[in-house]
Amino acid sequence: MHRTKVRIVEDALDANNTIARANRDDFDRGQVSVLNLMSAPGAGKTSLLERALAAPLPGDSGPVRVGVLEGDVQGSMDADRLATIHVPVVQLNTENGFGGECHLDANMVRSALPELPLDEIDVLVIENVGNLVCPAEFRVGEDARAMVCSVTEGEDKPLKYPLMFRACELVIVNKIDLLAHLEFDLDKLLYNIDAVNPGVRILQTSARTGEGVDALRTWLAQLATRAVAAV
Amino acid sequence: MHELSVASAVLNTAVKHADGRRVKLVSVQTGALRQVVPESLRFYWEIVARDSECEGATLDLQEIDALLRCRGCTTEWSPELPVFRCPSCGGSDVEIAAGEELSVDYIEVEETEEAACTAPR
Repeated sequence: MHRTKVRIVEDALDANNTIARANRDDFDRGQVSVLNLMSAPGAGKTSLLERALAAPLPGDSGPVRVGVLEGDVQGSMDADRLATIHVPVVQLNTENGFGGECHLDANMVRSALPELPLDEIDVLVIENVGNLVCPAEFRVGEDARAMVCSVTEGEDKPLKYPLMFRACELVIVNKIDLLAHLEFDLDKLLYNIDAVNPGVRILQTSARTGEGVDALRTWLAQLATRAVAAV
Repeated sequence: MHELSVASAVLNTAVKHADGRRVKLVSVQTGALRQVVPESLRFYWEIVARDSECEGATLDLQEIDALLRCRGCTTEWSPELPVFRCPSCGGSDVEIAAGEELSVDYIEVEETEEAACTAPR
């Protein structure tokens, strides 16, 4: 009996990335653009979606049809909220294992694919589990990644969670209606976001008043053109 | 926080390459920009490795510091804060030279003499 060294040099998350590519192929076949939407718990992802999707998104050739895959550790509260505005929504819970995974991975999303009406939607929004660390590590087959960062979270968050802020092409700064009531330095937050991810697109929104939500709607509608362009 | 998932992924990779042989050591590179907590990864490793070829195997973590490089002026630096702007010219065309690793580098397996002759890898 003796020891042998076996050289591997393989990304530890290769298996996840392989499944993510399979998801992506399925999405491409259905001509669906996919957004992986992430944030800390309570930043306002669901409220923003409720507000942004309350009316049909205007597209170049008719309304852009949006569906939502709702990821949560437990429960269907968020999915129930979105169902009331007549958006096709599928709930995905991660509660197996150690009290529930803290993120969605490619395999979990794959397990939900049969329930998703891919033929009837143009843009699929995957609302990830609220968490600023883990979701950034796991690709699920998305075309774009965006995050919501609310002004009640602190200006230093980009420096504390750089992986998440760098993973996204759009940062939505939400709850700006609260700025008048907070000792919050918005310029400092914007500076820190740009330091971690120079040039990243930033939208300022309030899901409560609707401020900035039109710009988010336009961005979401434009996502649909990516799938078409890719075909 | 996601170290359990990472530990499982490392285990699956190691077991795949072990080909049924007993694993004594797994060497993993973790870059500083990946936000993996080494103590947490070791904790979960012991749990996920149970009842597998990797049970009792040492998890050898090679922690790699972040190294950034400015494409504009070729300055290289190791950032204390995750700021991706060049400290020399202020440019934002910055590449990550090191610090993004999260890979299984190699494993050490126990092998009988016979198997060693027939299974060149």
